Amino acid sequence: MAKRRIRLIEIAHARSGDKGDAGNVGVIARDERFYPVLIEQLTVDTVKKHFEGICHGTVERYELPNLGALNFILNNTLGGGGTVSLKQDAQGKTLGAAMLRMEIEVDESLLDG
Amino acid sequence: MKDRIRIASGQGFWGDLFDAPYHQVTKGQVDYVMMDFLAEVTMSIMQKQKLRNPSMGYARDLPEQMKQLLPHIKAKNIRIITNGGGVNPVACKDAIFQEAEKLGIRGLKIGVVTGDDIIDRLDDLIAQGVELRNMETDAPITDIRDQIVSANVYLGAMPIVKALQNGADIVITGRTTDTGLTLAPMIHEFGWAEDDWDKMAAGTVAGHILECGAQSSGGNFLGDWRSVPDMAHIGFPIAEAYPDGSFCITKHEDTGGLVSEATVKEQLLYEIGDPREYITPDCIADFTSIRVEQKGENRVRVYGITGRPATPFFKVSASYQYGYSAIGSLTYTWPDAYEKAQAADQILRQRLRDLELEFEEIRTEYVGLNSCFGPLAPIPEEISEVVLRIGVRGKIRKHVDIFGGEIAPLILTGPPSVTGFAGGRPKPKDVIAYWPALIEKSLIRPRVLVEEN
Repeated sequence: MAKRRIRLIEIAHARSGDKGDAGNVGVIARDERFYPVLIEQLTVDTVKKHFEGICHGTVERYELPNLGALNFILNNTLGGGGTVSLKQDAQGKTLGAAMLRMEIEVDESLLDG
Repeated sequence: MKDRIRIASGQGFWGDLFDAPYHQVTKGQVDYVMMDFLAEVTMSIMQKQKLRNPSMGYARDLPEQMKQLLPHIKAKNIRIITNGGGVNPVACKDAIFQEAEKLGIRGLKIGVVTGDDIIDRLDDLIAQGVELRNMETDAPITDIRDQIVSANVYLGAMPIVKALQNGADIVITGRTTDTGLTLAPMIHEFGWAEDDWDKMAAGTVAGHILECGAQSSGGNFLGDWRSVPDMAHIGFPIAEAYPDGSFCITKHEDTGGLVSEATVKEQLLYEIGDPREYITPDCIADFTSIRVEQKGENRVRVYGITGRPATPFFKVSASYQYGYSAIGSLTYTWPDAYEKAQAADQILRQRLRDLELEFEEIRTEYVGLNSCFGPLAPIPEEISEVVLRIGVRGKIRKHVDIFGGEIAPLILTGPPSVTGFAGGRPKPKDVIAYWPALIEKSLIRPRVLVEEN
């Protein structure tokens, strides 16, 4: 089956925030047919690789099939967190958008469906 | 028993839209307005204000906002629930009574919840053997005892329920969970049992959706921000709750913003950890049980929520003086904007080494290029301008202060076409850090007092 390389933003949206020094990134499928793509392509390993140089700790992934969503915890990401961090984005507000830049491969038929 | 109540979100943090609660009580029917003011950093700011002036230490916006609200809430039988009391809910109550006095409003009942503030009990607790170990590092709180600025327990919904039962028109709390502010009126109006975990979880989830204000009604919506109408008049969310634990998220008509499955889902995912274990003092809510369904324009039904028994602990958040930081910036323009900013960074770092200043961290970011996205951001061929943003954090205030004086000289001593230093030298700011811990619920005695003017 023909595959197309797209950015995650085409099939998902997201919101992110802080939990101490960890960032939380919720990724939500724009349609339920895309949820299996998220499950398959947004693994702990691919997400860790995507955030190389940003996330310096482990990545945790949690599934919310009821919302067609995944929640990621990016440990050791916010430069000490909240008030201690010197980062412009000390609270991880833009991590969601950063996640959506990720490139993934999707079946053509799924995108046109 | 009512068959439905409408709980409006009036404030998502201290500094949110000032007139949001006013619009919630005047643009349509609501029964309750919840106003969340507290972030972790807020408690330490308030504690410092209270140390300077014993009648301060609460959200000062609140009495000002109440001035707008008071003439309406009695007539419409709307009750206000807020944690804006901060570290001084009693003084907050007094300030609101003063506003009522000026408006000639009598017979107003204000409930005050205290018992969350354990700063004065810390030494006794430590002497009793309560270690308040850091949930992340496992270190005992005695390690930082001398640096502690504030220490509060996150109370749940039950003290607010008691205040409502005692007839409070307004309930002022200190560190109550954001979610408890919304759950409490549901328990009160629907007569839910404290150990009906599914109901506790349902009210908690409603609270999570309301606690960040317009973030569930079209604000900060990454799904499709262009589709959100009239953000200048964004309507804050309202939970229309039913006795069975289901609720609808909506907003007043004739307001901007958007309530859709997508906006609600984004907020549900905000700042959560393991979705099966959303822990509050009232219950453990399972976010994998939540169902959402669009029921009409700007109307989303949320249902199916399940929960599990609450833990025997309250969470404690202590804040402590950690060190000092300062951040400064300069703007470099074409030609070679990025190269010049990088060169300036190297010059500055060399000077800091020559001066033998000690810092825990020196951080450089290039705003406009990659300060947020780091290695994910491609660097364009030609850059018209970039902001060099450089910050330091350390234990020695003097060293952070000296750093502040080292930035402006770069304008005359470093690479050319540089501007943007109108703000003066960055001054050292206190760095406050947080100490999360658990404490047995039996050691905490929430107190509720309702007073009428």
